[in-house]
Amino acid sequence: MRLIDRNMTVFLGGLFILTVAIPLMQGNILPGYAIQLAGKYLCYALLAVALDLVWGYAGILSLGHGAFFALGAYVMGMHLMREIGARGVYANPELPDFMVFLNWDSLPWYWLASGSFAATLALILLVPGCLAFVFGWFAFRARVSGVYLSIITQAMTYALMLAFFRNEMGFGGNNGLTDFKDLLGVSLSSPEMRLVLFIASALALAGGLLLARAITASHLGRVLVAIRDAESRTRFLGYRVEHYKLFVWTVSAMMAGVAGALYVPQVGIVNPGEFAPANSIEVVIWVALGGRGTLAGAALGAIVVALARTLLTGWLPDAWLYALGALFILVTLYLPKGIVGALGDLRPARKQSKEVPA
Amino acid sequence: MRLIRLILLCLIMPAAALAQSFEEIARALPEGSYDDRADRVSALASSGDPRAEALLTALVGGDLAVLKSDGRLVIVTDGSATDALSGDPAGSVTRRDVTPVRVNNNLRGHVRAALGTLGLVAESPAARTRAAAQVEAAPDPAQLSALEAALSRETDTKARDALEIARASVLLVAPDATPDERAEALALIAERRGAAAQVRIRPLLSDPALKDAARTALADIERAEALRGWGLTLWQGLSLGSVLLLAAIGLSITFGVCGVINMAHGELVMLGAYTTFMVQEVIRTHAPGLFDWSLAIALPLAFLVTAAIGIAVERGIVRRLYGRPLETLLATWGVSLILQQAVRSIFGPNNRQVGNPSWMSGSVEVLGLSLTWNRIWIMLFALAVFGFLMLVLRRTALGLQMRAVTQNRAMAAEMGIRTGRVDALTFGLGAGIAGLAGVALSQIDNVSPNLGQGYIVDSFMVVVFGGAGSLWGTLAGAFTLGIVNKLAEPLAGAMLAKVMILIFIILFIQKRPRGLFPTRGRAVEG
Amino acid sequence: MTILNIDSVSKSFDGFRAINDLNLAIDKGELRAIIGPNGAGKTTMMDLITGRIRPDRGTLFFDTTHDLTRLDEAGTARLGIGRKFQKPTVIESLTVAENIDLALAGPRDVWSALRGPHGKSAVKERARLLDLVRLPDPDLLAGALSHGQKQWLEIAMLLAQKPRLLLVDEPAAGMTDAETMRTAELLRSLAGEHSIVVVEHDMDFVRALDCRVTVLHQGHVLAEGPLDHVSRNPEVIDVYLGR
Repeated sequence: MRLIDRNMTVFLGGLFILTVAIPLMQGNILPGYAIQLAGKYLCYALLAVALDLVWGYAGILSLGHGAFFALGAYVMGMHLMREIGARGVYANPELPDFMVFLNWDSLPWYWLASGSFAATLALILLVPGCLAFVFGWFAFRARVSGVYLSIITQAMTYALMLAFFRNEMGFGGNNGLTDFKDLLGVSLSSPEMRLVLFIASALALAGGLLLARAITASHLGRVLVAIRDAESRTRFLGYRVEHYKLFVWTVSAMMAGVAGALYVPQVGIVNPGEFAPANSIEVVIWVALGGRGTLAGAALGAIVVALARTLLTGWLPDAWLYALGALFILVTLYLPKGIVGALGDLRPARKQSKEVPA
Repeated sequence: MRLIRLILLCLIMPAAALAQSFEEIARALPEGSYDDRADRVSALASSGDPRAEALLTALVGGDLAVLKSDGRLVIVTDGSATDALSGDPAGSVTRRDVTPVRVNNNLRGHVRAALGTLGLVAESPAARTRAAAQVEAAPDPAQLSALEAALSRETDTKARDALEIARASVLLVAPDATPDERAEALALIAERRGAAAQVRIRPLLSDPALKDAARTALADIERAEALRGWGLTLWQGLSLGSVLLLAAIGLSITFGVCGVINMAHGELVMLGAYTTFMVQEVIRTHAPGLFDWSLAIALPLAFLVTAAIGIAVERGIVRRLYGRPLETLLATWGVSLILQQAVRSIFGPNNRQVGNPSWMSGSVEVLGLSLTWNRIWIMLFALAVFGFLMLVLRRTALGLQMRAVTQNRAMAAEMGIRTGRVDALTFGLGAGIAGLAGVALSQIDNVSPNLGQGYIVDSFMVVVFGGAGSLWGTLAGAFTLGIVNKLAEPLAGAMLAKVMILIFIILFIQKRPRGLFPTRGRAVEG
Repeated sequence: MTILNIDSVSKSFDGFRAINDLNLAIDKGELRAIIGPNGAGKTTMMDLITGRIRPDRGTLFFDTTHDLTRLDEAGTARLGIGRKFQKPTVIESLTVAENIDLALAGPRDVWSALRGPHGKSAVKERARLLDLVRLPDPDLLAGALSHGQKQWLEIAMLLAQKPRLLLVDEPAAGMTDAETMRTAELLRSLAGEHSIVVVEHDMDFVRALDCRVTVLHQGHVLAEGPLDHVSRNPEVIDVYLGR
């Protein structure tokens, strides 16, 4: 399998073009917030790629990937809170406003590292990664799979949502973290920062796609396909299926964390609602719509659905949930391979297998 | 002069005590020492005379006075006087026209205590019981004689009981009670009053004669309270368990037979609740008298509505995704979104009022615990539904087919069972049960479009923990999780308790990936 | 020198005794055929040997030193026990070549897999195997093969693992007569270097194998010896012809 195949080329090419075009079109053809919106979409796309890695290639239907996204967002959010410093409502140089409000007098230990940007970068990978590793270790070792696995990933994100809603946890309770001022000294609302974040999101998406492709095109990728299609058989071939699942699961979680970390400075807030099970389930339909097991398709699906949501909630707010629900039903019934997969079927059948049909 | 009066009083008092009337004692109130007045107050209070209350109340308020003009005893209110003994008005007066009957604080306390004992001689036993309870709440040694007098006359058992407790609590604070009397009083209070007695008994810990008895009594009470606490937690856990059972059992059956998770299950529960709301709305506007029947009407209606939707979903969607459980999960999630939004559009996003019929309101005392009727009925209903499903599964042909398909679909099909039909009916049955659950839940929870979301994760947990497709597993899972949840709540708070349970289940799955009561057999294990 | 020792093994499923005090010993380099009616416990026995399930009682030892009850499927595979299934299970969405690559003996850990497949020697080995099982087109999707071809691919995969003990479950199923003979020849040629246990129904095939036969019935060894000897055993006749 080549690293950059046709789908990938098309997608990356399109991504490059949009990354250049959108900032140019903002203000005249596109509304003034186009860069912010596009940046948000790109973060969603990266999250979708992360899910496709485990679902499309290892067969793990995670209904809780939003949790890793949210954890990455919270880690970045914590750093942004620290950067507010003494400019908060309570003007406390050490403590964020909500902690002053709770009458805390010092930072809890888990906030201590958030002052450092470098540490934050590391934690963006480590926090979701560790959660994924521990969770996956328990789940895969016990050979939990299929629907049962999906249910407990739901439970995982639900538990985190409940936990983060509590004020005592020290993450802002149900208000979450917000009112950020700047990042690395530059104001978050400045056009330069917005552009930088947008480009960073595009680069992260490209990087994520290439990384995922590198994994799936390698021998490891083939083992994953074997696991997805015939798990038991793969065991009999001598492969420790749990290890492989754990590997992609952890990588995927870290990728999702990066997506969340880029998301939060662009939208300006992170709250426990990000952990809501419904959010994680929606990611699945992005991937399904775009094309499970195609990576680029997953990214495309995320962007299409996010765009649809923005447009529909603008024109007919009540219709959005109907549309989303219908999307779930129609895609699973009639478009099982997603858009990209269906397009792939239209091309003449070849003996060479480059793309792995899901 | 004073000496003569004193002698006269000493001579008169005993006679007075023997044969004096209410009027005579009252008129003597302004005279004599404060101690004498205290005795007279007690005598007045225990006389049973209906005028005592107003007179004594006036006395304590400083409104009892003697008219200078004719020496009558009057009660002064807002400048007008009333004869204290006859009740006749006595004209308007100013301060100069009367000599108030003086009281000091001691006497005032005494009068108050005496007032407290007035109720002890009231007409109705209920009033006497209430008065005794008031004495018990604020015992004063001065009330002892009144209490004993009332006790000797009392015939009503409930009032007797209350009087004995009141007497005991007075004895505990009476400085001149004997140690034996006080020990007896302690024992009586500890036995009869339980937790409320703790505040009476604790001061006795410093009393050398009684401290051992007090300590033992307190320990006994604490033990009884702890037991009560456990009992309450157990009940709450069972109640929560019955709710979980209702919510999850439909899901369990569907998952067991059809092998699919119906993500719209929560919304079917919600629709059952809204059906109840609609039924009650119609009844409220057209036939208010039928309100107590609203649930009986709502139950079959909810079952039909949700079962119909369930069968439609099965035919239209689930059937076409046969063999792809993960896709079915996603498609039914889509159905869930649509149902939620539809309800939101029709009924609005806010909570709707669903009321309890009269036979479900209120509570009942069982073993010292106060249990609400609605939860008792829900528990019974959940068990009834469980029993019904057991019957269906074990005694009907459909049930047999369902079990066969659960254990070995391929073999069942080989044997001629129409698995497609079994799937549709099972899905419908599971959906219908969800509707019934919604009717029940409307009685204890808010009815809003989000109702289903609140139960779906919990239902999953019950199914995963108990074992899909197993009725007993769902029962065991629901009640276990309910009780564990309630046990953890006081220790960790409601949300953290939920988190702990979720973690517990994730770990539990390590050991038993198929739940407590898995459906076994080589075909399944393969 | 035994390669496989099964001693007094029993296994029940929910009250049903699938394996009942089974005793079996396979010598190194031996070719053994296991026959028996359906439900005799043949597949369960294979599951036990490969670590898919654990026995209720008894021991299973590989090469006299490795306790098989402590290993799972991947563990026994890495030890050198290869299994070919009754129903050919190849990875349908991968090509023939990729299937064999997966099976090729070599490190099985994640990091090696990331670094890539096995290099030049792998290509040669793959070609040799493909030649052996007569599958000419390595780039064909395994899902596109016929049933018989899938069987051959699975045999190739089995051999690619370089197992010391081969467990072959009904290899002749769905094959033509000619293919059946080829398979028997192949297995016979492999014996000596490998130890092979073949489970089969097809008596012609078993005859062609020309090896020691064990008859299994209700999870227990009924008779053991050359095919002629065993087929004259009255108990065996009873069980096969029924009463």
